[in-house]
Amino acid sequence: MIEVETTDTAISIQCLSDTFEVRNSLKTLMNDMETRDYLPEERGTVELVLAEVLNNVAEHAYEEMGDGKIELDMAYIPGGISIVLQDFGKPMPNGQTPLGMPANLDVEVDDLPEGGFGWFLIGELAKDLTYVRRGDANHLSFRMSLGE
Amino acid sequence: MELITNDTADTRIVTVIDTRIDAAVAIQFKDAMRAQTEGGPKRVVLDLSEVMFIDSSGLGAVVAAKKLLNGAHTLELAGLTPVVDKVFKLTRMDSVFSIHTNVATAVPALAS
Repeated sequence: MIEVETTDTAISIQCLSDTFEVRNSLKTLMNDMETRDYLPEERGTVELVLAEVLNNVAEHAYEEMGDGKIELDMAYIPGGISIVLQDFGKPMPNGQTPLGMPANLDVEVDDLPEGGFGWFLIGELAKDLTYVRRGDANHLSFRMSLGE
Repeated sequence: MELITNDTADTRIVTVIDTRIDAAVAIQFKDAMRAQTEGGPKRVVLDLSEVMFIDSSGLGAVVAAKKLLNGAHTLELAGLTPVVDKVFKLTRMDSVFSIHTNVATAVPALAS
């Protein structure tokens, strides 16, 4: 159910909020980057951030229902990429993206955190992160610098 | 989620055959780790050299496995590929695990 459109400078993808659709979408996006000669480490970093934002939509905006529509546009810009992500699920809590603090690891093994890394990773690797709720849609946009 | 085990005298090496530990398989990974380590040697080395991608859910599952095994076993990691290494460093989880360059350095007995 994945729909893909590519141009000289961008790729757009539509998929459902299912973890395997997300996986296949990531594969399609990474293949597109590979054909545009991005290096494995650059692709890996982009894949990580895209996995985090897409899985966040699947798990929280659509509450793991698996059938919510996700639209992702990735534009190739000088020095990196620009991403716009849209979904029609629940809004972010308090109308903003979570802060993504580094986890406290100075604890006993049994108390180590098993989650909460996602927004921290996004915050570390993405720039100009913007979230707006427009009508019944969530819009998330950000940039990533590549080739530095 | 496929895991293969290989025992030396005092160490069980668990190798992840899949190339991804992500949100789609995080729970299976945790369950498979439990099944593959029960009753085995105390020291467990998780060989991640085939794993090209891990996301925050996958990282959470590796941490969950460490907690699950804690007491009866110790969990160490080996063979982190670049993206996996990056995720562990960024989240500082590299400070929580003993991390070896590869299985051969983690288990010298294997080489001889």
